[in-house]
Amino acid sequence: MRILIVGCGRVGWRLASDFTTRGHDVVVVDIKPHAFRQLPEEFPGRVIVGTGIDEDVLRSAGIEHADVFVAVTDDDNTNIMAAQIAQKIYHVPRVVLRVYDPVRAEIFRELGLTVVCPTTTVASLIEEQVLAGAASPQG
Amino acid sequence: MYIIVVGGGKVGYYLTKTLVHEGYEVFLIEKNPIKCQIYAERFGAVVMQGDGAEAAILEAAGAGRADVVIAVTGDDEDNLVICQMAKERFGVARAIARVNNPKNEELFRKLGIDVTVSQTNVILSIIEQQIPERPFVHLLALRHADLAIVEAKVSDDSPVVDQPIERIQFPPEVNVTAVLRAGDLIIPTGQTVIRAGDEIIAVTKREREEELRHLLVD
Repeated sequence: MRILIVGCGRVGWRLASDFTTRGHDVVVVDIKPHAFRQLPEEFPGRVIVGTGIDEDVLRSAGIEHADVFVAVTDDDNTNIMAAQIAQKIYHVPRVVLRVYDPVRAEIFRELGLTVVCPTTTVASLIEEQVLAGAASPQG
Repeated sequence: MYIIVVGGGKVGYYLTKTLVHEGYEVFLIEKNPIKCQIYAERFGAVVMQGDGAEAAILEAAGAGRADVVIAVTGDDEDNLVICQMAKERFGVARAIARVNNPKNEELFRKLGIDVTVSQTNVILSIIEQQIPERPFVHLLALRHADLAIVEAKVSDDSPVVDQPIERIQFPPEVNVTAVLRAGDLIIPTGQTVIRAGDEIIAVTKREREEELRHLLVD
């Protein structure tokens, strides 16, 4: 699969490394050139310096032929705008984005985007652990 | 009419000031607490500190009863999300976004924003209008209706020279609305005779612009 990842923070480079290991064709876009230092030295994918909300940047990253588009910058609004460009303008078949703000996550989910909200996900995982601990008290 | 302005940079500040002065009920949302304090001293209690892309902030600002939300921050992604939140979450009838990167004007429209304002394009079109001796100037695009207002200076060898308007074969979907002759404004009738050097202001379908240019100035 041709996978375009916008944002090369911890999650972005982790995804980039994993997807290339599995043999996928990966392009990573980040506005900060030093963000790519995190990638493994032998990273076989392409990296592009630029903003993920600029159509020219996205086209040079191959958005027209991408099978998957992932928006994981640290800015919710950037991810929302990038994902909408990918889904509504370039009709990328699979678009996934991260949105920290649970309310915004819900609104744009209703608008048809596939949103991952780490805030609610992590909170419910922690809650699960806490409740599991409470159910079987140790000592 | 209740208007919420998001973003208190120069544009947001002067916009709020003007709208307040014109008697509208206005509310300004700005992230920077220091700016908010200064604005609150000038405008009174119509300023709130916060992130306008957050539902809670919009709600506190009364977005539910707002007629218009105008997003004028310096970041296009923020302006887009603010307008979409206002429409989707709060049912605001009209959302207007400032577009910092002129390329995004088209994009915002495709994503459902009612009105976009690109400072760069506005300034560019004013500069174009002010450059002397340009025979054909695109004054304004009315995008939703696919109309444009243009100004053309009639050349000496145009076939329309010395013809009354009713006899001129204008392209279809073109309406001559005004004629400027030596500084005088003429509201034309069918009998108005066009002279070389007249400046004609016309409303035209955008795809007719080229034909009109060809007729008047080439």
